[in-house]
Amino acid sequence: MSGQAPEPVAVLETPIHVDYSFTAGLAQSRFLKGLAEGRFLGQRCPRCKKVYVPPRGSCPTDGVPTTDEVELGNTGTVTTYCVVNVPFQGQAIEIPYICAQILLDGANLAFMGLIQEVPADQVRMGMRVEAVWVAPDELGPTMSSVKYFRPNGEPDADYETFAEYL
Amino acid sequence: MSSPPVAVVSFAQSPQVRREDHRNEVEMLMPVIEEVFSNIKVTKDDMGFVCSGSSDYLVGAPFSFVSALDAVGVWPPMRESHVEMDGAWALYEAWTMLLSGDVETALVYSFGRSSPGELAKILALQLDPYYLAPLWPDPPALAALQARALIDAGKADEEEFATVAARSRRDARANPFAQVSSDRTTAELMAEPYVVSPLRRHALPPITDGVAAIVLAAGDRATELCERPAWISGMDHRIETHALGARDLTVSESTGLAARGAGVDRDATVDVAELHAPFAHQELILREALALGPEVSVNPSGGALAANAVMVAGLIRIGEAAKRVMDGSARRALGHATSGPCLQQNLVCALSAERPSGGR
Repeated sequence: MSGQAPEPVAVLETPIHVDYSFTAGLAQSRFLKGLAEGRFLGQRCPRCKKVYVPPRGSCPTDGVPTTDEVELGNTGTVTTYCVVNVPFQGQAIEIPYICAQILLDGANLAFMGLIQEVPADQVRMGMRVEAVWVAPDELGPTMSSVKYFRPNGEPDADYETFAEYL
Repeated sequence: MSSPPVAVVSFAQSPQVRREDHRNEVEMLMPVIEEVFSNIKVTKDDMGFVCSGSSDYLVGAPFSFVSALDAVGVWPPMRESHVEMDGAWALYEAWTMLLSGDVETALVYSFGRSSPGELAKILALQLDPYYLAPLWPDPPALAALQARALIDAGKADEEEFATVAARSRRDARANPFAQVSSDRTTAELMAEPYVVSPLRRHALPPITDGVAAIVLAAGDRATELCERPAWISGMDHRIETHALGARDLTVSESTGLAARGAGVDRDATVDVAELHAPFAHQELILREALALGPEVSVNPSGGALAANAVMVAGLIRIGEAAKRVMDGSARRALGHATSGPCLQQNLVCALSAERPSGGR
């Protein structure tokens, strides 16, 4: 034994890289293909009749397949929102901007979208909005097919109509 | 206070396939959960507990076990749990829950899709992160070391590996859910080239996508739901060291201990044993550890050589063993599950047609 202890190893680098292919599933594939056609496709639960968009193929409440396809329109309601004021790397939109939960008319599940063409301080819960799609030749099976939502000029929705979806 | 005896009362599985191209996990699970319930005319509302087994590493989706719950429909909120392990260990957790007497029914399910990722790399990530994982040894390489050790110890030869594979693939022809089946002889299999010496292709498990589900019930509830419940007479699981070099790979001490813990020994032998032996030679090690005689029917389903959905194949072994008690073809049966490289961790579930007086 030599008297000198070796310098302790404090860091060990073991790089890990794993590739995956992704299976969206039958229901989400329908939804994504709908986006490529500029349409919102949801599915209805045969038991509780709720319409899910995006659909996942099952009703998370009843645990049954949602087999009935439902096409939704272009309009919806802002159920809740936040104002993004913090700059971050890769930011594509000028701050401040709005991230909102949007409940499409006829849907029972809200999803996230951007609100544009309106000053951030004028966005409010209950605001009626419509989807603005990218140019037809830019449509694809991705949420990026929806550029953003903008106010459609209708009077605000009553709180009761979206209180369940906050 | 004595614990109520617990039984397997229903079992269902999906077709086990090389690649499930179109359906996601939820869409694969829904018909199987529907079947495991409709077999015994219950719904999710009749379940006191839900427990699942899966691994997010397989498909690279964080918290995939949470989204998988959409296949059950957990509203109103249910008692639910998950293990990042084969569903056999989820069944173990559900069993202990039922033994507590708090609930009298439980749904156990597991799902595993190996096709979206690079299975060999993913399984290397479970090894010790300093000395082994950086070398990326894949499961066939580690299993080959074990098979070589078995040959060097004079305990088996390559022809015996081929005999196990030939019998398993032949039996799999009667299993409609099996992925791989064939009618090839030992001699034909011996003519294959090595994948990793001394293992030829037939000694390796297929890469599989699949799901499975089981319903457990306690006491009189089990006999209400099922004419011939497969009573769990005992269950135990044991794990060995992470350090492969510190183990004798030619034996499975943890399987022997788990078997004794589950009440399986030479005096209480079984008619059927479903062994989770992903590599052919591992069946030989497990047979010895469990002291199974030639009279025991081993892997009549074809075993893991016929389909080996990671995280699911162990639960299927228990389901296949229970099925034979429920259909009256076996009085006593054994389901075994393994996890980790070279049979590192092992679970033994003893099943009986006779209702035990207590839970264990």
